[in-house]
Amino acid sequence: MRQQTATLAPRARRGGAGTALIGLRGAALSYGAHTVWQDLQLDVHPGEFVAVLGPNGSGKSSLVRALLGRQPLSAGTLTVLGRTPREAARHIGYVPQQAEVSAQALLRARDLVRFGIDGHRFGPRLRSGAARRRVDEILEAVGASAYADVPLGMLSGGERQRVRIGQALATDPRILLCDEPLVSLDLHHQRAVTELIDARRRSHDTAVVFVTHEINPVLDLVDRVLYLAPGGHRVGTPDEVLTSESLSRLYGTQVDVVRVRGRIVVVGVPDEPATPPHHAPDQEGARP
Amino acid sequence: MILADGIWHQVFAFDHYGELLALVRNSLIAGAALGLVGGLAGVFVILRDLPFAVHGISELSFAGASAALLLGTNIVAGSIVGSLLAAGAIGALGTRARDRNSAIGILMPFGLGLGVLFLALYKGRAANKFGLLTGQIVAVDTPQTAWLLGTSALVLAALVVLWRPLTFASADPDVAAARGVPVRGLSFAFMIVLGLAVALSVQVVGALLVLTLVVTPAAAAGRVTASPVLLPLLSVVFAVASIEGGILLALGSSVPISPYVTTISFGIYAICRLAGTFRARHWGARTVTAQPA
Repeated sequence: MRQQTATLAPRARRGGAGTALIGLRGAALSYGAHTVWQDLQLDVHPGEFVAVLGPNGSGKSSLVRALLGRQPLSAGTLTVLGRTPREAARHIGYVPQQAEVSAQALLRARDLVRFGIDGHRFGPRLRSGAARRRVDEILEAVGASAYADVPLGMLSGGERQRVRIGQALATDPRILLCDEPLVSLDLHHQRAVTELIDARRRSHDTAVVFVTHEINPVLDLVDRVLYLAPGGHRVGTPDEVLTSESLSRLYGTQVDVVRVRGRIVVVGVPDEPATPPHHAPDQEGARP
Repeated sequence: MILADGIWHQVFAFDHYGELLALVRNSLIAGAALGLVGGLAGVFVILRDLPFAVHGISELSFAGASAALLLGTNIVAGSIVGSLLAAGAIGALGTRARDRNSAIGILMPFGLGLGVLFLALYKGRAANKFGLLTGQIVAVDTPQTAWLLGTSALVLAALVVLWRPLTFASADPDVAAARGVPVRGLSFAFMIVLGLAVALSVQVVGALLVLTLVVTPAAAAGRVTASPVLLPLLSVVFAVASIEGGILLALGSSVPISPYVTTISFGIYAICRLAGTFRARHWGARTVTAQPA
């Protein structure tokens, strides 16, 4: 397979360290009496790769919804590009969890990318030549040209995820927000998808917020980790957060973190709380 | 043999065809408008998985029309009022498919029951009663045609404005919501548009058979293409062909129009489905070759 990088219209934005794209201050989120997380402080800077880790029910998906402006915080503030999340929504490239696309057969890969460009506009589409060329460029950049005209329902999971990344890039995002983008992909496609995301980050200084239950595929890329756990949360570099001591404190029980051949293996995480499962069943092995 | 022959002549008769044709001019015009509206609305009915809602709305539309018949007011208007009430209720009651379907299941028999009541109380021509359920072609007079065309124009205008975000919200609701597309608002707006389209279809094919105009053509088109341009285009062509073909075949016979329309519509779907399996095989072959493991 060709190795393509997502270098579309290279115009790097070199933001200084002071200009955070995402700012969470004393943020808390609760449903009724149940507090999912609280007192969350996090700045995400341009070009930074932040992985959000944690067991099911620890509020990863809620954080995604909050960042998209679809879930109000119960305390604290959240600014995206200095504005409210809702106002900044169109600067976020969102890669959703792999879910079946409804009526997949009626939508081609090319149409999904096109949604990313002008799908939100009302009224008839006028002068679409430029947008069509842009779709072709993006499909080429994510290596999806070969199946541009195939209905989404007939693509493999890895192919569909490339198209999803293309759709997110079509908005020319300042922030890429990826919700479990590697679930149910084989190693080869996991690498391809993470490379596409990393290439965009490097070429455009796009910040990446990467929600995952599996740190190893992105371990080399991650600048910082936000670890959400039932007993609290921790922000820091992988070396700071993914240690036996730090995770034991988060879970309130003895958890061992072992590094084997550049991979992180976590042993002893207690059974996950009895919340409705909204993630695919975890693969066995290295789960933080 | 003689009996079979008699039935054949009831179903297909083309005596005095030219004179009869003049009688259904209005119906042919209305039919073209209905085909256009039904074919386009059908695309979203398939995308949003709403066939059951279409059926539910058409029963309420039937109740509205029969109430209008009883009261001696405009039947198209009555049918539109019934439709909009149903569409509004379904739109407001549930956005998730499961909630929605039970809401429809509750509304539908109620609407049908009301309609039966109004028809039982109505003392006029029996053909009028039957027509609301199974369709009629000469029932469309000039003022009604004006109503039909006016409402069609309204539906078309709404679809032109909503088309893009509605497609986005229907096919990819999660990302659409993330991009700030008003997914819920669009869902409600489409229910209203759908209500109008259904009310129009009830006039020609009858309440029981609306699905043949609003679902079958789009489903058939979806079997052979996934292009956002070709899909609505084919859907409209299929819907117009079904209804106009049905009117022309039903003209000399003593049978209502609906069996002709439904048969043509079903035939088109069957052909598209067959053609679609070949198409899918072609796509499937691509997936295999493009992935050298």
